[in-house]
Amino acid sequence: MRYKTNRCSIRVLACAALAGLVLVAGCSKPPTRVSVGNQEQILHKGNGSDPQELDPHIVQGVTEHNILQALFENLVTEDPTDLRPVPGQAERWDISPDGTVYTFYLREGIRWSNGDPVTAHDFVHSYRRALTPSLGSEYAYMYFVMQGAEDYFKGKTQDFSSVGAKALDDRTLRITLNGPVPYFLSLLNHYSWWPVHLPTLARHGDPYRRNNRWTRPGNFVGNGPFVLARWEVGHVIVAKKNPHYWNAANVKLSEIHFHPIESADTEERSFRSGQLHVTAAVPLSKIPAYRRDNPQLLHIDPYLGAYFYRINTTRAQFRDKRVRQALAMAIDRKTIVENVTRGGQLPAYFFTPPDTAGYTSRAAIRYDPGGARKLFAQAGYPGGKGFAPFEILYNTSEGHKSIAEAIQQMWKKELGIDVKMLNQEWKVYLDTEKSKDYDVSRAGWIGDYADPSTFLETFLAESGNNRTGWANAEYDRLLKEAARLGDRQARYELFQKAEAIFLDEMPVIPIYHYTRVYLLDPSVRGWRPTILDHHPYQHVWLESPAASLARASAAAQRP
Amino acid sequence: MLRLIARRILGTIPVLFVVATITFFMMKAVPGGPLDTEKNIPQEIKVQIEAFYGLDQPLWKQYASYMGNLLRGDLGPSFKHANRSVNELIAAALPVSLELGGLALCVALLVGIPLGVVAAIRQNTWIDYLASSSAMVGICMPTFVMGPLLVLVFALQFELFNASGWDFARDRVLPALTLGLVYAGYIARLTRGGMLEVLNQDFILTARAKGASEARVVFRHALQGGLLPVVSFLGPAIAGILTGSFVIETIFNIPGLGRHFVTSVFNRDATLTIGTALFYAALIVVLNLAADIAQVMLNPKQRVE
Repeated sequence: MRYKTNRCSIRVLACAALAGLVLVAGCSKPPTRVSVGNQEQILHKGNGSDPQELDPHIVQGVTEHNILQALFENLVTEDPTDLRPVPGQAERWDISPDGTVYTFYLREGIRWSNGDPVTAHDFVHSYRRALTPSLGSEYAYMYFVMQGAEDYFKGKTQDFSSVGAKALDDRTLRITLNGPVPYFLSLLNHYSWWPVHLPTLARHGDPYRRNNRWTRPGNFVGNGPFVLARWEVGHVIVAKKNPHYWNAANVKLSEIHFHPIESADTEERSFRSGQLHVTAAVPLSKIPAYRRDNPQLLHIDPYLGAYFYRINTTRAQFRDKRVRQALAMAIDRKTIVENVTRGGQLPAYFFTPPDTAGYTSRAAIRYDPGGARKLFAQAGYPGGKGFAPFEILYNTSEGHKSIAEAIQQMWKKELGIDVKMLNQEWKVYLDTEKSKDYDVSRAGWIGDYADPSTFLETFLAESGNNRTGWANAEYDRLLKEAARLGDRQARYELFQKAEAIFLDEMPVIPIYHYTRVYLLDPSVRGWRPTILDHHPYQHVWLESPAASLARASAAAQRP
Repeated sequence: MLRLIARRILGTIPVLFVVATITFFMMKAVPGGPLDTEKNIPQEIKVQIEAFYGLDQPLWKQYASYMGNLLRGDLGPSFKHANRSVNELIAAALPVSLELGGLALCVALLVGIPLGVVAAIRQNTWIDYLASSSAMVGICMPTFVMGPLLVLVFALQFELFNASGWDFARDRVLPALTLGLVYAGYIARLTRGGMLEVLNQDFILTARAKGASEARVVFRHALQGGLLPVVSFLGPAIAGILTGSFVIETIFNIPGLGRHFVTSVFNRDATLTIGTALFYAALIVVLNLAADIAQVMLNPKQRVE
């Protein structure tokens, strides 16, 4: 009796388990998001974390840029291959002979996504908003090249007509700069300069304050090739094709879905299961496997960024530049990029990435352990004797840790010094670095636009991003002089001199120049490597390899 | 009974007050703030943003105004999600967490209880060993191993599910299994223990002597008492399932509350941290209360007291 019922209950359990399996098996292979996307021209992009906002005058980050680029268009836009400024909302422009006055002529019939015409006045109103102090636009200083912008922002005048932005009529906009800014058109491709639709902002709150609800789906109005349709925090942001966009006929994608996936491992698995066309990153540990088995999916593009170590020059032991030079010369960068980072990064022997808008530093540091030892001895520390142990500060990350360990070993081996590692959580690390409570600290710098100034000006004495305590009057003078020059060659010569001083003084140790490492499905077309990782979406489309093969063979059969 | 419940609910108010206060001052004390970014924000701009969020006020004023808003049910604006309020963020994420938690709980109960019952009635046989050891594996296997493993097998190998996301009904299966199986392990062990204790008691012997069927003995007489340890475990367990889903939410990229709870601290998004901490504190108090009530209803001994 007892055994019988027990068997019964076990049978029930077994049946339940079987039913479960059948259910699972019943859900046979569903079509993947990528294959559906290819048919309907819906691009699925992994996009790191959630954007802070979708208001171009408030945000600060790459994540945000990736989305904003779909939703807005400035006077100029970017060429999909080399990011050179090409006509956007403006069909053409004139530049005065002295390079200080830009006159933009808007296209006829351009519209916001709600159907309102885009006028030159919209641009002026937008600039005024971005420069209004109460908004606290984090990139307001990007406008300081424009006449009167800094004074207006700092409250020295309340009169916006003193600022060099004038709408001459509905379709003509004149911008007057403080001096010639040869990279001004590239600067316009930074989102801080993009226009917003003021009447929409006014409808959903105070246009000149934060926490305006205009960027919510339904409220949103933009002028880009796509318009915001859905925004669910932590889930997805959907941009749909904007029928009012001037070049809508040539926009092939119907939707872009931005998926905020913070974990690179999760993102990689999603890519493998056919849920993403393109990822934001690739886990370090997976790079070798992709190189070996699926090199066609792995993309490594040069990226406008430098990975480096800051040296706290206010600390007694780092005051002597020979010490700083020796530390830099003892690092074998080739070993680091080949064995530690493994993402095709370039060993950095100068700070500004090579070929930044045609500029490559002539001055360079060498990998020279013998020379490093000599310098170290000259500074009073033969064989590292007497040099107090110090710490490398880095924020939590497997990659930063591995690099720090490699450098720790190199310094120990070549210079005989003891280095400890100090790992801090991101915000603590930022706080430590800003209050100069560190010895040596890992850092990264990504250019805002393609010009050497975005790198070199970081280390001006008054720059909030300097954080090394290093200041050099001649360096500052050269850069400030370069800012006043219109001639590219003359500017670059000044940058060469400045960078030579910088590398001789060595307040930071360049380690490598970044690459963008990501996975890309072969069905994505028109996605070209660019130095800022910008991919103007109006030039992107989807075509499965099978479909493109069929198209090619049909074309071949045609007489 | 009602008095007891009322007293317990009133008792939560000081608890929540203390949680809010401690979290508030802890978030102020940690180094780094929401406006610390790699690219420095110029001082004159920082001042404007701080003024907007009231961060330029003395600490006691910030605290007073936060508490004042809290009394009105306003948890304040989030820093990281710049145009959303903490109330909105919680309201949007809560249903997701509840759904995930509910499904995981079903998994935990549907797997755990039968496993425990079978192990108990077949004590010291291979069935018991198999059930007990699989429960142990469930407990010991961390979710960050179990999750990717399930994905590897069912999503990448057999392609039955998506590797991540929260869009379709099928997207619920793997996360619910991952989260549920851990708790199923605990529940199986607790059920087995509880059942064994009850099965050895005199009234079970009496029931058997009176000729009750084995099914009746197990399901009608023994199970009610045998599940008591499970019931008291469920209060904190449900809270754990709802709060402890950070890892699962990250592995499967689910827009739930657990992620806000953790990432808001990294972002120094103080209002969101306090908001989620308060919410979870309230949840734990309420669920513990519910577990106590269920205990009383199931256990005649306590009912008398």
